[in-house]
Amino acid sequence: MDAIRVEGLTKRYGEVLAVDGISFAAPVGSTIGLLGGNGAGKTTTISMLLGLLLPTSGSIHVLGHDMARDRFAALARMNFSSPYVSLPARLTVAENLRVYGHLYTVPNLERRIAELAADLALEDFIHRPAGQLSAGQKTRVALAKSLINTPDVLLLDEPTASLDPDTGDWVRSWLERYRAQSKCTILLASHNMAEVHRMCTDVLMLKKGRIVDHGTPDALLERYGREDLEEVFLDIARDRRQAVPA
Amino acid sequence: MSGGVRRVWGLMYRHLALYRRSWPRLVELCYWPVLQMCIWGFTASFLAMRMGSSLAATAGAALLGGVLLWEVTLRSQMGVSISFMEEMWSRNLGHVFVSPLRPWELVAALLGMSIIRMTIGVLPAILLAWAFYAFNLFALGPVLVLFFINLMIMGWAVALGVVSLILRHGSGAEALAWGILFGLAPFSAVFYPVSVLPAVVQPIAWVLPSSHVFEGMRGVLLDGVVHWEQLAAAFGLNVVWIGGASLLFARQFHAARVRGALLSMGE
Repeated sequence: MDAIRVEGLTKRYGEVLAVDGISFAAPVGSTIGLLGGNGAGKTTTISMLLGLLLPTSGSIHVLGHDMARDRFAALARMNFSSPYVSLPARLTVAENLRVYGHLYTVPNLERRIAELAADLALEDFIHRPAGQLSAGQKTRVALAKSLINTPDVLLLDEPTASLDPDTGDWVRSWLERYRAQSKCTILLASHNMAEVHRMCTDVLMLKKGRIVDHGTPDALLERYGREDLEEVFLDIARDRRQAVPA
Repeated sequence: MSGGVRRVWGLMYRHLALYRRSWPRLVELCYWPVLQMCIWGFTASFLAMRMGSSLAATAGAALLGGVLLWEVTLRSQMGVSISFMEEMWSRNLGHVFVSPLRPWELVAALLGMSIIRMTIGVLPAILLAWAFYAFNLFALGPVLVLFFINLMIMGWAVALGVVSLILRHGSGAEALAWGILFGLAPFSAVFYPVSVLPAVVQPIAWVLPSSHVFEGMRGVLLDGVVHWEQLAAAFGLNVVWIGGASLLFARQFHAARVRGALLSMGE
């Protein structure tokens, strides 16, 4: 069964075609990487998947719910994390998690907060205002917020941006463990090619609003005759080399 | 607690947690109403001293009643607008709008915060008027509740209009949250009857729910008569105002989803 099914998704802003009729599916438990340069349509696609942005045409089904008609049923089982969307800085970590716990109507909320605090090592700063935390701590708190409702679909926009390698690795390991335990489906937009290679079961290469290629990371490497995804990314972004037909 | 009530509470908790820890924010809520009451209280005292008649006392009461009830409208409007802008300033709207919170639940939470902010803001001014200027607003009787309700609904309607403009024009429309109601004050007959206004301006006054409430307030204070027709007119107009504002909000919220403004709001 597909956790996410997108068909003919298009977003047009006046004369600008931001997303051009893309279609893809994310099976339950998969991690799909969304790769592309700036302006390729990644954020627009994620915004439409979250119901923040209305498509010009096409359809999105998340966990069997049509996002055009029944988005709130899907949103209750989804969550989202991005370093570019903040949590209220003056609220403590615990208060922030409490707010989102109520918004997602999480049962046994205090127990869930305690679990997340233990799992993500938040205990030392759980009563500190979110605005006073380091980048690594903020990322862990953002992750805790995005997991407060134990989501079945998780959308992550550059989850390890601006983190040091140690913290970045810790976050990636944690997400891999979480996916293995919960069978959560993850859609990951990232510019970190090593991260995408490590975490993703499938990669969608976006350019000018279109999916120009897709496949497992290893399949893409083989197809382009490259050793890392960064080279594949550059091949596609700069039209340097065409994929070798299988 | 049902799902909807919990989500509304969640958003209100976010604001209450902020106020619980910040005394300057609490002081800010009642600072302006108390200051207004001091200025107009002394003005009323001065008039009573110079004129020395019961007429001056009645005029003073109408003045103080006007000040207090206008603050109800103003604080109700700002309670909604500023709570919404707090979300925008903290760049938190993206998270709020991807949660299962329905737009009407967002509005309900903003209205809840508006009631709390208005109470904290206006109550000290009411007590001040009673303690220092011998003006007891509650002497207006049970009809005071109807005055409050009408003025709050008008404040909310204006606030929903402001939030709609912010959804449409972004942070450029923020200034309206502070100034928009002051523009309606001259036509609201807060301190004088509508008949004082020039004839060409009077139709503007009569489409404002507030002018009917203040006419009603003066009826009770000056003549001891409750003008139910004024209250009925205020309620009727409020239905139109809040209905129109809700439609505008729904339309602008939809338009913001078409334009993709919800994620970038506050930038």
